[in-house]
Amino acid sequence: MAGTAVRGRLSWQTASVTSVTSETDSVRTIGLAVPGWAGHQAGQHLDIRLTAEDGYQAERSYSIATADSEPVAITVERLDDGEVSPYLTQDLRPGDQLELRGPIGRWFVWDGSDPRPLLLVAGGSGIVPLRAILRHRERSGGDVPVRLLYSARTLADVIYRAELDRPGDGVQVSYALTRRQPPGWTGYAGRVDAAILAEVAWPAGQQPLAFICGPTSFVETVAGNLVALGYPSAEVKTERFGGT
Amino acid sequence: MNSAPISRGFHRRPRPAAGQDGRVPPGQHVVQDFPVLSAGPTPHTPLPEWTFSIRQGGETLRSWTWPEFQDLPAETVTVDIHCVTRWSKLGTVWRGVAVDSLLDQVEHTAPFVLAFCDGGYTTNVPVKDLTSGQAWVAFGYGGQPLDPEHGGPARLLVPHLYFWKSAKWVRGLELLDRDQPGFWESYGYHIYGDPWREQRYAGD
Repeated sequence: MAGTAVRGRLSWQTASVTSVTSETDSVRTIGLAVPGWAGHQAGQHLDIRLTAEDGYQAERSYSIATADSEPVAITVERLDDGEVSPYLTQDLRPGDQLELRGPIGRWFVWDGSDPRPLLLVAGGSGIVPLRAILRHRERSGGDVPVRLLYSARTLADVIYRAELDRPGDGVQVSYALTRRQPPGWTGYAGRVDAAILAEVAWPAGQQPLAFICGPTSFVETVAGNLVALGYPSAEVKTERFGGT
Repeated sequence: MNSAPISRGFHRRPRPAAGQDGRVPPGQHVVQDFPVLSAGPTPHTPLPEWTFSIRQGGETLRSWTWPEFQDLPAETVTVDIHCVTRWSKLGTVWRGVAVDSLLDQVEHTAPFVLAFCDGGYTTNVPVKDLTSGQAWVAFGYGGQPLDPEHGGPARLLVPHLYFWKSAKWVRGLELLDRDQPGFWESYGYHIYGDPWREQRYAGD
């Protein structure tokens, strides 16, 4: 287990929105200028705090979407019954300010020093921290082999599709579309199950390291199946999100 | 706080607030579902292999099998729970054994506990936060056996601290003379975790 670095309090600071990029109908990537950002590791998240005109405040956590060597960005999916995500995805404009603090979390991280092959498994917007891992690998000249399995409802729901369709050397990307597949689809159809994982996942004998991020039921299924395939629990790192 | 930038167009969503006054700590919001936060795969320990132990200095002071544990006096408690990832769930109903009933059966003066679990997960809690009817080892939720993904067969329940302190898949308590960070506490989360003081991360 990693030692506990002594750190000061993570302070709230004001960040400026530099860009808002549409990823899918309901997903936006928000670029942020954060003065004095101390850097982060791929897989970490940050907290956002919004203040309404009447003083009401709301806080949420979002995974960081970019490599450490890039400006900070988050990718947010609009939840129609949400309070914060509709504002972030529909109302926020470049030049707007908001408060954030981070980076947070030192478990679900990958710093590039680990030579083991990577298995990344994403469900929906669970791709965000895994994309940060891919970008960190690429930008740091990493060459560990990577297999990414990404489950989305339809092809139109695939976030970062342009860059995932051009994976770097040593990166293999597989999609599983659960709800609808385009004509001539050669990827996986349906929910990720034991058979799909048995095909995509590195054999346990290659001592891979797995990162899984997605909704709870997805993560439960994938993590359970990887353990059944012989992955030691300690080498399967998970991050889950509820519908909040 | 006064300098916080205003997000024009952002406003509070009307929510059913009846009975919520004073029950939701700062920075939290109420959910109706029951999200899950775990570091890894869900362990599945067969009940015949399950034990709950109280240890100190490498010695087991007391241990219960699953049937023995079920014979201990159980309570049904209704509590609000608060996850560091910002959701709170109000009025959750649990069934379990008060930690008082367990610690009463050993002689000790230790001020701290490290709860240990299947899967290697640990979390640290002061003994004074586990006693006086403040904590339980829970094996029922909502009138049903506790689901594995929510920590079954049994989890610690310490509702006045952030919910990561309510360690899932708990298998025992290690009594300690000095506080020692557990799993999440070693990865940047607060050593104590009081939601009312927003002690989310180390240094808060």
